[in-house]
Amino acid sequence: MMGAENKGHDYEEAHLFASKEEMESLVLHEHPFNSNSNGNGNFFSSYGSAMSSSLPDSHHPLSSSVATAILTDSDPLLSPPPYPELHGPSSHDNSYIEPPSYADVIFSPFHGEDINSLESPSLSSINSPMSFSRTSSSNSEYIRITVSNPQKEQETSNSIVPGGNTYFTYLITTRTNIPEFVATEFSVRRRFRDVVTLSDRLAESYRGFFIPPRPDKNVMESQMMQKQEFVEQRRLALEKYLRRLSEHPMIKKSDELKVFLQVQGKLPLPTSTDVASRMLDGAVKLPKQLLGESTVAPHEVVQPAKGGRDLLRLFKELKQSMVNDWSGSRPLVVEEDKEFLEKKEKMHDLEQQLSSSSQQAESLVKAQQDMGETMGELGLAFIKLTKFENEEAVFNSQRARVLDMKNFATAAVKASRFYRELNLHTVKHLDALHGHLGLMLAVHSAFTDRTSALLTVQTLLTELASLQSRSEKLEAASSKVFGGDKTRIRKMEELKETMRVTEDAKNVAIREYERIKENNRIELERLDKERHTDFLSMLKGFVANQVGYAEKIANVWGRVAEETSGYVKESI
Amino acid sequence: MDHQQPPWSVSGSSQSPRSPSSQPYLHVSVIDPVKLGNGVQAYISYRVITKTNLHEYQGPEKIVIRRYSDFVWLHDRLFEKYKGFFIPPLPEKNAVEKFRFTAEFIEMRRLALDIFLNRVASHHELQQSEDLRTFLQVDEAVMERLRAHENGLFKKPAELMQIFKDVQSKVSNVVLGKEKPVEESNAEYEKLKHYIFELENHLAEAQKHSYRLVKRHRELGKSLSDFGKAMKLLGSCEGDSLGKAFSELGAKSEVVSVRLQKEAQQLLMNFEEPLKDYVLAVQSIKATIAERANAFRQHCELAETMKLKEINLDKLTLTRSDKMREAETEYNQLKQANEEAKRRYDDMVRLMNEEIVRFQEQKTLDIGVAFHNFANGQARLANNIADAWRSLLHKLESC
Repeated sequence: MMGAENKGHDYEEAHLFASKEEMESLVLHEHPFNSNSNGNGNFFSSYGSAMSSSLPDSHHPLSSSVATAILTDSDPLLSPPPYPELHGPSSHDNSYIEPPSYADVIFSPFHGEDINSLESPSLSSINSPMSFSRTSSSNSEYIRITVSNPQKEQETSNSIVPGGNTYFTYLITTRTNIPEFVATEFSVRRRFRDVVTLSDRLAESYRGFFIPPRPDKNVMESQMMQKQEFVEQRRLALEKYLRRLSEHPMIKKSDELKVFLQVQGKLPLPTSTDVASRMLDGAVKLPKQLLGESTVAPHEVVQPAKGGRDLLRLFKELKQSMVNDWSGSRPLVVEEDKEFLEKKEKMHDLEQQLSSSSQQAESLVKAQQDMGETMGELGLAFIKLTKFENEEAVFNSQRARVLDMKNFATAAVKASRFYRELNLHTVKHLDALHGHLGLMLAVHSAFTDRTSALLTVQTLLTELASLQSRSEKLEAASSKVFGGDKTRIRKMEELKETMRVTEDAKNVAIREYERIKENNRIELERLDKERHTDFLSMLKGFVANQVGYAEKIANVWGRVAEETSGYVKESI
Repeated sequence: MDHQQPPWSVSGSSQSPRSPSSQPYLHVSVIDPVKLGNGVQAYISYRVITKTNLHEYQGPEKIVIRRYSDFVWLHDRLFEKYKGFFIPPLPEKNAVEKFRFTAEFIEMRRLALDIFLNRVASHHELQQSEDLRTFLQVDEAVMERLRAHENGLFKKPAELMQIFKDVQSKVSNVVLGKEKPVEESNAEYEKLKHYIFELENHLAEAQKHSYRLVKRHRELGKSLSDFGKAMKLLGSCEGDSLGKAFSELGAKSEVVSVRLQKEAQQLLMNFEEPLKDYVLAVQSIKATIAERANAFRQHCELAETMKLKEINLDKLTLTRSDKMREAETEYNQLKQANEEAKRRYDDMVRLMNEEIVRFQEQKTLDIGVAFHNFANGQARLANNIADAWRSLLHKLESC
């Protein structure tokens, strides 16, 4: 298929293992390497030709129009240039890749290190730049998920309308050497609804963890966009999401994820039934709760009130939260961890700065893009002028300068290509900003878990206190009656029983709260470390690129400056 | 500011060498732009200094105050009187209102006017023009009267422009064969005309893109600066070494941004302006082409009329009519006029041929220099940028 020395070597091997289905789906990946005819083409040149081909690269993370603008078909520079000396992207790259400069050395941060990627470095590096710097440090454990091959399927049951509901499924392929998984390679078909289920179950099981947020449902967009575009967008988003999940040290080994990735057929995770049915269930329970003594069962305490069916509990906690906010009295247990509160403030600041940095990064990318485009247009204008002068020149003096004009124009076109390539790299590097901004959502959720667990504890404590005082009142009243009061005694026993259950629930709730606190702490540490690594690598990569490309551009123009220096000498 | 050529241009072979004091010299310069007047009627006035030892002039040095419309007057007079010559182009009249009084625009215009005047003063024919002497020496009151008189004929400079354009379009109609050909059928001249017209289009496009490129440099500079600031703030959220790294990135971004802004300015002055100058020059050649076509048509019309008169005269001579003498006088007058027209036309043709060679050589050099300056500027910019980032990279590596 391709030259053996090609950096796509690893990619080839992987290809042999792929199922036939995947072969079809991976067709898009092949193209970037076809154009690289140079056997020892270094990473950069193959990447360069990949990026300058006019294929819509499906793995591009930036869904903004900047990305599509880079790779659009209508780029005038990609159509065969009118001048015979200008070759197509691949072969003309070779003429100025040498001499090896700082640039070439620095360009290899993405290849070699990461053994997780079986695909070519160029493609995988676009996908999760964040994973690179980190996964290479994990001890030879890898997991690689690909989402591909969307297919339309029919809803078989319960279709009122004949021809029924259609939906899309996606092929999810995993390659891994983690022993907890059944095999080293396997695939399964899932629909978006399954992903929502997975996400919900993970949220329940991993309270306090920074769980990457799942892709949005995008109901509006799904109806307004073109089907194909929407499906492609969703496919990309799913892949990104699953990859992020698989990078999380706890979640990658979770049962939920394992089941999701491996079990064929229907996803055997409990689905999140919709709110209506929950409310219905809760409404059914409510009368019984109000009539009798009821309290929340200990086992239910580990989940927040909000998503559950226990309406009474929901009301109680709501009341508690209002008491917390409005009454003057201090709740019985408060968030005392000063360190945590500081951290929370910091996270808030970080989020703001990330947001503004992310915006500026997009502006910068656009400005670089524009620079490249206009430089190219200038070059083209002069190429046309050169052609014109060649054909129609009336005087000898013109013909002499035509060559210089041509060199100038060619240089401008080259410089333009460099700017565009620089930009592609820049986009990849700065994507770390966008990525971490997205993670802030996960942080919010985790902090919310903590808050709701605390609320549960507070509510139970309040409840216990009120039960206690009722019990005391009952005792006092009944002790006045000589011989005992049968009804009162019975009530007292019931109350004591309720108190016991509530006490148990309280203990469970406290344990849960502490557990979540610990999860928060661990995750914050982990996130800080990862962010630190990612940002450092982002900065290095960004700066290295700027240096490398500036050198190349300087070379190109330096030559033209020399060639045209004769004009200036004449003026002396 | 005694230079005789625009800063981006080089002396062509036809220029006279530097003149020692005994040699005749004429040095002109346009300096000191000052805003005068209020509101809509505000305008810029310039100081024009002439230093000369030519005896046609009133003295060794003269300073006068002139405004843009005075230069237009001079340009138009030269155009009228020196048919066949390529009159150096003026900077464009129309400027977007809000930019009219920016420092940049004022300086660019001053420079362009200085270049224009110098080109006139160093042109072997034009420098002898009486109108030039008038322009360089009379006081403002007189100048204003002259200008008003001229304007009186044409009502407004805008209308003058319109007439120019009409002539141009009439010429293109004639040249492009839309109107009935009272046309010189000369293959070489046709080729030249076609070349000139096409050239203008290509140059205009190149100039458009180069102006945009200047803007892109500025935009990139600005966004890099904003990005740097955001990075600095982000760094303040992070810990020690990383925070420092962000802060250094921010600082470097600012450095690079400033460098980009500088280069934008250089690009404007050393590349975009020369290109624009070239475009204007080509446009002025087009005007000359129009004039030549006019001269040709005049000559042809006269010749036709003359022929008719000749036939008439012969008829009258044969019939021995009384009207014969009248007719004879008329005929002789016409004959003279025709010979004049022919001579004028022939002069134009000769001149044009000489001028165009000179023009092409000059422009080849000018554009060559422009290319060199562009390439030099870009190379220097890129090297500066590489150096700036490289120093940061070393620091980052140790993080």
